[in-house]
Amino acid sequence: MSESNFKRFIEVGRVVLLRSGPHSGKIAVISEVIDHNRAIVDGPATGVPRQSYPFRHLTLTPFRLSKLPRGAGSGVVLKQLTSEGILEKWNKSAWATKRTAIEKRRSLNDFERFKTFVAKKGRRDVVRKSVKVAKKA
Amino acid sequence: MTVSEYQVVGRHLPTEAEPNPKIYRMRIFALNEVVAKSRFWYFLRQLKKVKKANGEIIGVNLIHEKKPLKVKNFGIWLRYDSRSGTHNMYKEFRELSRADAVKSLYQDMAARHRARFRSIHILRVVEIEKSEDVRRPYIKQLLVPKLRFPLPHRVQKTRSTFIAHRPSTFN
Repeated sequence: MSESNFKRFIEVGRVVLLRSGPHSGKIAVISEVIDHNRAIVDGPATGVPRQSYPFRHLTLTPFRLSKLPRGAGSGVVLKQLTSEGILEKWNKSAWATKRTAIEKRRSLNDFERFKTFVAKKGRRDVVRKSVKVAKKA
Repeated sequence: MTVSEYQVVGRHLPTEAEPNPKIYRMRIFALNEVVAKSRFWYFLRQLKKVKKANGEIIGVNLIHEKKPLKVKNFGIWLRYDSRSGTHNMYKEFRELSRADAVKSLYQDMAARHRARFRSIHILRVVEIEKSEDVRRPYIKQLLVPKLRFPLPHRVQKTRSTFIAHRPSTFN
């Protein structure tokens, strides 16, 4: 295949982020492409059952299982996910950490938001004081 | 609209001349059981001298797909009445079940030929086992080894009307 300017493709083994439905926010793997609009996704490591999913409810991630055969079963997908350490790689990525941080922030109640406000104030105070000391020196 | 596949079994009512009438069985794609029974009588009275008034339905069963998570290629033969005549057709679909293939067939016929459910007869639905037997190029292109394609120009929905940066549509 010729070189492409695109970096992420719909292909067997591509790790995708689900954007809607009951499993929204979880990652899964494309195990078979059905047509131009749908694929079979499977997420045995994240609790996503094998199902057909439209591409417009998926986001492609940079990760990919390099050796997944076409139409592989859940067992093979799980084995390759663990052997390639995709889940750890995903959880460590800036994208996933930002997502969990946003989710955490959204789930806070009023008092917890107040506590973060106070904590941030404290952090600012420490930074300013140390900067002042550094400037004098 | 969800199409299901039904098995409808029926026969002529027993008469003095014929105490054991022949039993007929059909596999019918329909929205529900009621439509399936109606279609059964529609087809049977075209083929045999049996109609709803002098016949009975013995049973209606829903046929489930054996492997609903395996992607299959289906070939469908059909006959439909257009505005100017009757045509036979062969189409192929890549779906997870026979019923799904027939559902997308109805969608496709409605879109390309403005043909409705009532003007379409499904003659035969066959799963194509070997990929060499696939005839249509629009299915063949999905069967190439190492199939991959990008999703160009993806527009993310934003909640606000005004945002600081233009959206990235490229990945």
